Amino acid sequence: MTTAWSGSALAEAIEAFAPGSVESSAGGDVWLKPECISGVCEGLKTRDEFKFDLLSSLTAVDFIDHFEVVYHLTSLPMNASAVVKSRVGLGRTDASIPSVVSVWRGADYQEREVWDLMGIRFEGHPNHKRIMLWEGYPGHPLRKDYVTYDQSIVSAPDDAVTVAIEGDE
Amino acid sequence: MAIKTQPVTVNLGPQHPSTHGVFRMRVMFDGEEIVDVEPIFGYLHRGSEKLAEERTYTQIVTLTDRMDYVSSMLNNQAYILAVEKLAGIEPSPRGVWLRMIASELQRIASHLVATGFLLQDLGALGTPLIYAMRERENILDLFEMICGARITNSYLRPGGVFMDAPTEFWPALDRGLDDIIRTIDELEAYLSGNEIVFSRTKGTAVLSPELLINASITGPMLRASGVDWDLRHRAPYDYYERVAFERKLHTASDNYARYWVRVQEARESVKIIKQCIEQIEPGPVRPSFDDVPRLIRPPAGDAYAAIEGSKGELGFYLVSDGGISPYRMHVRASSLINLTLLRDMLIGGQFGDLFVTFGSVDLNMGEVDR
Repeated sequence: MTTAWSGSALAEAIEAFAPGSVESSAGGDVWLKPECISGVCEGLKTRDEFKFDLLSSLTAVDFIDHFEVVYHLTSLPMNASAVVKSRVGLGRTDASIPSVVSVWRGADYQEREVWDLMGIRFEGHPNHKRIMLWEGYPGHPLRKDYVTYDQSIVSAPDDAVTVAIEGDE
Repeated sequence: MAIKTQPVTVNLGPQHPSTHGVFRMRVMFDGEEIVDVEPIFGYLHRGSEKLAEERTYTQIVTLTDRMDYVSSMLNNQAYILAVEKLAGIEPSPRGVWLRMIASELQRIASHLVATGFLLQDLGALGTPLIYAMRERENILDLFEMICGARITNSYLRPGGVFMDAPTEFWPALDRGLDDIIRTIDELEAYLSGNEIVFSRTKGTAVLSPELLINASITGPMLRASGVDWDLRHRAPYDYYERVAFERKLHTASDNYARYWVRVQEARESVKIIKQCIEQIEPGPVRPSFDDVPRLIRPPAGDAYAAIEGSKGELGFYLVSDGGISPYRMHVRASSLINLTLLRDMLIGGQFGDLFVTFGSVDLNMGEVDR
């Protein structure tokens, strides 16, 4: 049976090799400072006490006042799992976080999906493009303040053609 | 003297019979050799994750059917496990056995479809695919008996399944399992030792286990490289601890190994179903509505549950704010993530191997784009 790391134990173990990178921990989760994420992930993958060689899932949640990027990690040799989170875009500012593609290639499409649908930038991603929607699509649909196309037609017909294109090159 | 060639860019798909749905690739060829591949997704994107934020937990079951539409039962199972984990629901034993039977049948159907279409891509037009689809048809008939639907089943509910199997289902299941073994024997007799299959699939698109793990690739693709990683064994969910099955591994990690692992896994699924039939006991198929109401309001928090789907780790991440619908739902889609190494598999290969390699990944566009 896979053993899940508890948040406090993982926070302690991370602090031991990367001091000052943990923001808080609770339950089974650890919140890391976004600027430390790629360095800590490199350690989580390579260090003998973790060996998190598989990035199971990478996703993001919109909590209105901030976004949360969620990493689910699995260690095949240790048969262990852990959850690492990071708060970005505090106060709904421009959200960005370092990419972990250099650590796990499995993050490639998942980070592109988060950028496409949630609008969080991944600094250093080798191919930072939209994946599901086309370039120039207005907004990022999984954000909670996203106004769907249909609603914009119903409520404000004049605005339907001038929806702001935010965050796109 | 070598003839000088000029690279040519060719668009493949989204409407192409070999792309297993609406997948599109921009491929650059130098003669017969592939020099660059760019996959383009999104032609079947329906925004399922956004739709889920507007629906109740039970209604979302119907959305999961439409993700990987050749393994609906497995999608149901992954989603229901996430809901049960989030809301702390204790499932009914009979419901759990029934959903294990249903999802193992679905795994066989999915592996048969993958095998049939792989051989279709190899140029074995018709016959192997029709053998595989004929058997899948029988499995769909069984689904029709237990839930009334064939493809979009929506059979599972938080805490179990929505109705018990009729009495005539059990003899039909016994006959069905014998037919499945016979079909697999037939397929293997013609194909597993076939010289043409060997020459086309052995040694093509070889990937190292380290690279596969680094790219988050799971399921039959990972087991075909010799890594013993099956969530049914390493992180048992439902009652998988109570059934015995072998993990079939192959070490070659080429297209043939991926085909072989799928066929052997279908055989193992038959063994699992037989053990489920032995161990299933009478009782309710889901908790009463007093214990699990129709409108579930899980406490605020999040939960991630993953199962061994037909294509790999299939996970659902649910965030609740205490309301009747999830605040956020994310699907860890194995079909999409298994394509991460598509470039590595194809570049340097021949044009003729392109669709064979693509078929051996076994993807479903409903799950890639969601």
